[in-house]
Amino acid sequence: MTKDLSRQDRTLGEALRGQGISRRSFLKFCAATASMMALPPAMIPTIAQALEKAKKPSVIWLSFQECTGCTESLTRAQAATIENLIFDAISLDYHHTLQAASGHAAEAAREAAMKEHDGQYLLVVDGSIPLGNPGYSTIAGISNVDMLTDTAKGAAAIISVGSCAAFGGIANAKPDPTGAVAVSAIIKDKPIINVPGCPPIPGVLTGVLTHFLTFGAIPELDHLGRPVAFFGQSIHDRCYRRPFYDRGLFAETFDDEGARQGWCLFKLGCKGPSTYNACATMKWNGGVSFPIEAGHPCIGCSEPHFWDGGGFYKALSMPTGNVSENAVYAAAGAAVGAVAVSALNRAKKKKATEAHEEVTVDDLTK
Amino acid sequence: MNEIEFLSWVRGPGFQIATVIFVAGIIIRLGETLLLGRKANLAEAKGSEMSSGLRTVAARMLPPDRETFKRSTFTIVAGYIFHIGLFVTIFLYAPHILLIKDVIGFGWPALPSQIVDAFTVVSLIALLAILLHRLTDKVLRHLSGPEDYIVWFVTIAPLLTGYLAFHRLGGSPVMMLAIHILSVELLMVLFPFTKLMHTFTLFLARWYNGAISGYRGVES
Amino acid sequence: MSASLEKGIQALKEQVDSSVASFFSSCVHCGMCADACVFYTETGKPELTPITKTEPLRRIWFSEYTLIGRLMKTLGLAKRVDDQLLSDWETLVYDSCSMCGRCSMVCPVGNDITEMIRRTREGIAAAGHAPEGLIGATQRSVTIGSPMGVRLPALQAQIKHIEKDTGMSVPLDVEGAEYMLLLSSMEIMNFPEFIEAIAKIFDKAGATWTISSEAFEATNAGIQIGVSDIAATLVQRVVDAAEKLKVKTVISPECGHAYMAIRWEGPNLIGKPYNFKVRHILEVLDDFREQGRLTLTGKESQRLTYHDPCQIARRGGVIDEPRNLINMFAENFVEMPENGKMNWCCGAGGGVASIERAEDLKLAAFKHKKSQLDAIHVEAIVSACSTCRMQFEESLEEYHMDIPIISLTETIAEHIAEDK
Repeated sequence: MTKDLSRQDRTLGEALRGQGISRRSFLKFCAATASMMALPPAMIPTIAQALEKAKKPSVIWLSFQECTGCTESLTRAQAATIENLIFDAISLDYHHTLQAASGHAAEAAREAAMKEHDGQYLLVVDGSIPLGNPGYSTIAGISNVDMLTDTAKGAAAIISVGSCAAFGGIANAKPDPTGAVAVSAIIKDKPIINVPGCPPIPGVLTGVLTHFLTFGAIPELDHLGRPVAFFGQSIHDRCYRRPFYDRGLFAETFDDEGARQGWCLFKLGCKGPSTYNACATMKWNGGVSFPIEAGHPCIGCSEPHFWDGGGFYKALSMPTGNVSENAVYAAAGAAVGAVAVSALNRAKKKKATEAHEEVTVDDLTK
Repeated sequence: MNEIEFLSWVRGPGFQIATVIFVAGIIIRLGETLLLGRKANLAEAKGSEMSSGLRTVAARMLPPDRETFKRSTFTIVAGYIFHIGLFVTIFLYAPHILLIKDVIGFGWPALPSQIVDAFTVVSLIALLAILLHRLTDKVLRHLSGPEDYIVWFVTIAPLLTGYLAFHRLGGSPVMMLAIHILSVELLMVLFPFTKLMHTFTLFLARWYNGAISGYRGVES
Repeated sequence: MSASLEKGIQALKEQVDSSVASFFSSCVHCGMCADACVFYTETGKPELTPITKTEPLRRIWFSEYTLIGRLMKTLGLAKRVDDQLLSDWETLVYDSCSMCGRCSMVCPVGNDITEMIRRTREGIAAAGHAPEGLIGATQRSVTIGSPMGVRLPALQAQIKHIEKDTGMSVPLDVEGAEYMLLLSSMEIMNFPEFIEAIAKIFDKAGATWTISSEAFEATNAGIQIGVSDIAATLVQRVVDAAEKLKVKTVISPECGHAYMAIRWEGPNLIGKPYNFKVRHILEVLDDFREQGRLTLTGKESQRLTYHDPCQIARRGGVIDEPRNLINMFAENFVEMPENGKMNWCCGAGGGVASIERAEDLKLAAFKHKKSQLDAIHVEAIVSACSTCRMQFEESLEEYHMDIPIISLTETIAEHIAEDK
């Protein structure tokens, strides 16, 4: 007997088999995911079982003030990869770029999903929300903030994808014309997982989703709401160029001998030491490379307010403003001040000397 | 304010304020010291003031005669250790050299960070020993006041917080870095108003000492 | 009867210059000056740490001559100089400091603490808190001409004895003489052999010399008590006499601070350079030696050492000359463990010997010198300062040590070859 294998009712296991994914490939995916999340190998069967049986949860993806880069990253693949197929394990009921519907039909799909899966759907958000004037960004005439608060009500959990949704992102950078804020600034009563990055690494999002599907709970988060499994270590501590840092070998310009030799990019402004992400280990484009390996310093894109962090090409230990200019003004002013103060001192001393009354032997006793 | 904002502040306005106070304060202190002037010596000279003064500036940087060394061994040895340690950690560590280069326009080669790390540890130990000495030695207890302890604190704080930040200890590393930079700014702000000025004025003091003695034909 | 706090503060204000300001700015409270001070090392009292003796001057420097200090003063937060402070500091600055200069040699930041204490005395004295003994000595110096009250007739009596005993002449008031000798009252009264020695040596060397009846006192109580005005008055007497007699060189005798007073502080006290030279007797004798004008005979075979008087050696610059002279007659000369510019003070200089209540402290301070002597086991000590001599004689007796202390000049004279 054949089940009605319509997309809505298939389990993930059925869906994957339907796509011709072998059990072996599937287990390899589970193993890779387990290791990415630093789970012990004993967990692999658990992951496999859970994913097999997982009913495709409904996912509503809201895009606010975003550049679509997060979606691009997550869907970009040279070849069909298992990460892409995971999207078949979720029921992506609303996504501006990927959905077929548009206009009223699209909104209707969103509302239907909210009603049917009330309390159980996953809300994924990318892009920041403007509070300066809600009219800055609207969808179907509904402001971002209204749509967010409305949709969040029935969500089981919220995933803020990308630095904009997680921390405010580029719209929030100085001078912040729209009053852009993160999801967590508006929604206070739902569990929020921040998956920052500009954009985030695809494998990170799928890892978070897998965790959620396997355990039905959100993974351990750091103090900025990011999954510790992927954001627990700095780029610096995992960077393959670290030995050069320790030995003091730095590229001074982008095309000097040091740069050619692959030396550390600290002097060129690398924010690796203060940036927490999985770039140095998981890398990008299926593990091909990451910015530092390509010769560009890390810009710290998974950290809050990285746009205003003092300049991508200014080393972390350098001050962000133009200090030497101020120092020169201070010195000049101080020199004038010193002369003025000394004039006072000398006048005082002169006065004391002029007021000097000769001390004779009679003046030695009171 | 979150930690990245805090880090941006200490790297930005914080450092500007600290630098202005540091530079202006030092220049005013040096000016008001030097411009007081000194009367010319009218006695018949037995030696040159300038060369004697310069000689003493250099000579007092070195360890003293054996007997003096034996009597003040701890002060001399601990003093050398932490001063050299401070010099290495501040001026021979790559990120610091970059900072200096940004402000004054040029830098110089750095030592590997593990070596700087070792110097840091030794300096921290020396500074702790110095504090203990100041608290227990009767001459130092008589001499010391609040300023001595405050200066000790603002001197060790950058070393300690730098060490913690480098080794990713003590909580959020971004916060630790920001606190490290803030501790340096605190040192800079207090510098012109405390005995830390000896960093510059000792050159004057030693010169005067050498000049006064050298005039009389004695090398001091 | 008009010393006052106001005068004291005024005096301290005058004493701050760029060197004093540099010194106070640089002190890091390291305590090394205590380890170099004979009064601290022999008593273990932390309040005798040299730099703390300058506190009154430091407060004036801070609250009057630094911007931050003046701000704090207007806010009432700066420590003030009051009469109690100056009174409390009397014993620190006078009884327990011989101005020996050792602290200035070891301070790592280069402070000339001795100079700072010298200047602090100006304020304490002007406020009426100088020690009684020193005030008395100063009064006698100014009114009589000698701190011990030695007047011209006393000197003339000594001269008469010497001329009778030796047949040598001690010329008074000879105009155009090359050298004018000054004498300390101590030498006139207690060690008149010194005058004899001079007569003998100068005769042999063929140098013309004289003593002025109007200004024969070498010591300068103004320097000890730390009142520049009085010190200047005393120096001026010598200058007037030297100019009147048109001498080329004024000789400072075997006295410590006299050399500092007339040679180094003198012109600065009176405000103009001399038109004659000033030399210590040892410098003159060494000149004679170099010029071949000193022919000695016979050697001292006893094991002897030389005590460098602080004001002559470390603070005066006369270090090599005594050794050149000693090597002319000594066969068994051994240096003290720390000598020359790093010698240890005998404990009596700088006015300490004039302060009766400081007797015990002075004796205790001598223990360091005693330990040096214990290390080298000598049979005699040569020196060139009467105050040191007195301190050695009294203290060695106290510690039951039988080592004679002899004057270098007198010893030279004893070995002068008679060419009859």
